Amino acid sequence: MSVNKVPSALAIGIARGGLEVKQFMRQRESVVFTLAFPIMLLAIFGSVFTNELSDGVTFSQYFVAGMIASGLVNTGFQQLAIMIPVERDFGTLKRLQGTPMPASSYFIGKSIVVFVTMVIQIALLLIAGVLFFGVNLPTDPAKWFTFTWLIILGSAASTALGIAFSVIPKSGRGASAVVSPVVIILQFFSGVFFVFTDLPGWMQQVAAIFPLKWMTQGMRSVFLPDSFAAQEVAGTWETGRTFWIILAWLIAGLVISIKTFKWEQAR
Amino acid sequence: MSSVINVRGLEKSYGANKAVAGIDLTIEPGEIFALLGPNGAGKTTTVEILEGFRDRDRGDVSVLGTDPGVKGEQARKWRNRIGIVLQSTNDAGDLSVYETVAHFAKYYSNPRGVDEVIDAVGLTDKSTALIRTLSGGQRRRLDVALGIIGSPELLFLDEPTTGFDPEARRAFWALIQDLRKSGATILLTTHYLDEAEALADRVAVINQGKIIEVATPALLGGRATSLATVSWKGPNGLQSERTDNPTALIRKLTETYKDEIPELTVKRASLEDIYLEMIGGADVSQ
Ligand SMILES: Nc1ncnc2c1ncn2[C@@H]1O[C@H](COP(=O)(O)OP(=O)(O)OP(=O)(O)O)[C@@H](O)[C@H]1O
Ligand SMILES: [Mg+2]
Repeated sequence: MSVNKVPSALAIGIARGGLEVKQFMRQRESVVFTLAFPIMLLAIFGSVFTNELSDGVTFSQYFVAGMIASGLVNTGFQQLAIMIPVERDFGTLKRLQGTPMPASSYFIGKSIVVFVTMVIQIALLLIAGVLFFGVNLPTDPAKWFTFTWLIILGSAASTALGIAFSVIPKSGRGASAVVSPVVIILQFFSGVFFVFTDLPGWMQQVAAIFPLKWMTQGMRSVFLPDSFAAQEVAGTWETGRTFWIILAWLIAGLVISIKTFKWEQAR
Repeated sequence: MSSVINVRGLEKSYGANKAVAGIDLTIEPGEIFALLGPNGAGKTTTVEILEGFRDRDRGDVSVLGTDPGVKGEQARKWRNRIGIVLQSTNDAGDLSVYETVAHFAKYYSNPRGVDEVIDAVGLTDKSTALIRTLSGGQRRRLDVALGIIGSPELLFLDEPTTGFDPEARRAFWALIQDLRKSGATILLTTHYLDEAEALADRVAVINQGKIIEVATPALLGGRATSLATVSWKGPNGLQSERTDNPTALIRKLTETYKDEIPELTVKRASLEDIYLEMIGGADVSQ
């Protein structure tokens, strides 16, 4: 009967991305919160810690790297692991399941909305950082190259892990209580709020398993002078290792998402 | 052409609760088929198995020649041909009616016109309104719009008109009849007997997971041949008589009364009477 082919998963995924961005932008409170929260944190930490970590490296400079990295985790992992159970409770997912839209299109749509919100969030954070908190932007193109792949890879990994983790909360209502502590603990362990090398060794070792520590360290390699690398745990930026570890988490997140994704809460 | 839906020996339990206890069902192309039954009878469970949402424990099921448990690309092709209106959905409402319908249209190979569908469900006035500002009945109409946007060959409707005002319900019936004219097959569940009577070619009454009877609305429960009750006002007040031949009785009465027979009524069992009798033994405690 139908002469046309069912639209491709990619085409539907891109349409979903546009729709999700539109939906996000209409939730004004959450837009303001998502975009302004990192700037508020930067303002607080920037005023509390005014010391220099080494010559020319202010705490704000160190902290902005951590804030960008944890922005990756917040807009992707945290947001999705909380929102998807809500959509599941509402029956939004079940309705989608009944259409020819495949799960992959849903994932693509989520990656797009995460990427877009994250880029806006980071742009605002950097603008505020430069204007008000004396943050210096790198001038070396190689650093901007690292910055770019870190954001793309980091946001993809964060999205995939958020979808994977979304099967754990049993309901939309309880999701935040399950997800937020995980994120906050990771932030403490990964050297977002404190200088990583000041943390106890065991914390550093636990953090090294998870991607946030690597995203943070990667961002430090972008925003801090190369001389600072000597103060890292390994004495270098470990850029190659950072890439592979985040990639491994991306793949793990994808595999788990594809294998375990649930459209409906089993009752 | 083969049947659109073919079910043999379908069973499904939730723990110890046997929600579907051996159902057979055949639905032909172009048919409007209604499932009637009390709360908890197993209607939604049956329909959701046919829609591919739930697994079954036992039985053979074919929907448009495909097992609803199908996965991957095959599932997409199959879903492209069916439309679903679930019993309850509660979407987050930050999109307008038009945006939502237009978006769902992108999922299908041959979608209907967005404005045409919005008009068909009577939401033209609300086209630019955000979903969260819609009333319950208007949301339900949006559900129907999303169910038909893909020009489905087979449409599932689980209590589609719950929350509709009487006028909207009539308009919905006309919409369903139009869909059938264009060749679609329709399976709906309902608690409204007038709806089943107005729409359905055949009705299945289901209770405690079993189909009690399948018939046209006119023949259900031996309705056409059931006794009629003739009543009129006699010398000693209201009188009535149950008979299988009311015409003969009235002919006899006309001889007695010559003129008008006072307060004459002839009543056959309504679909509702028949239905209540059929499910009368129902254990409604669950
Ligand atoms: N997901 C579920 N988990 C456990 N039990 C369920 C589930 N869904 C339905 N049931 C049970 O199965 C039986 C049939 O339910 P079903 O929803 O199919 O009834 P229904 O005929 O659609 O009723 P209604 O007219 O109220 O919509 C009920 O006893 C119900 O409690
Ligand atoms: Mg039901």
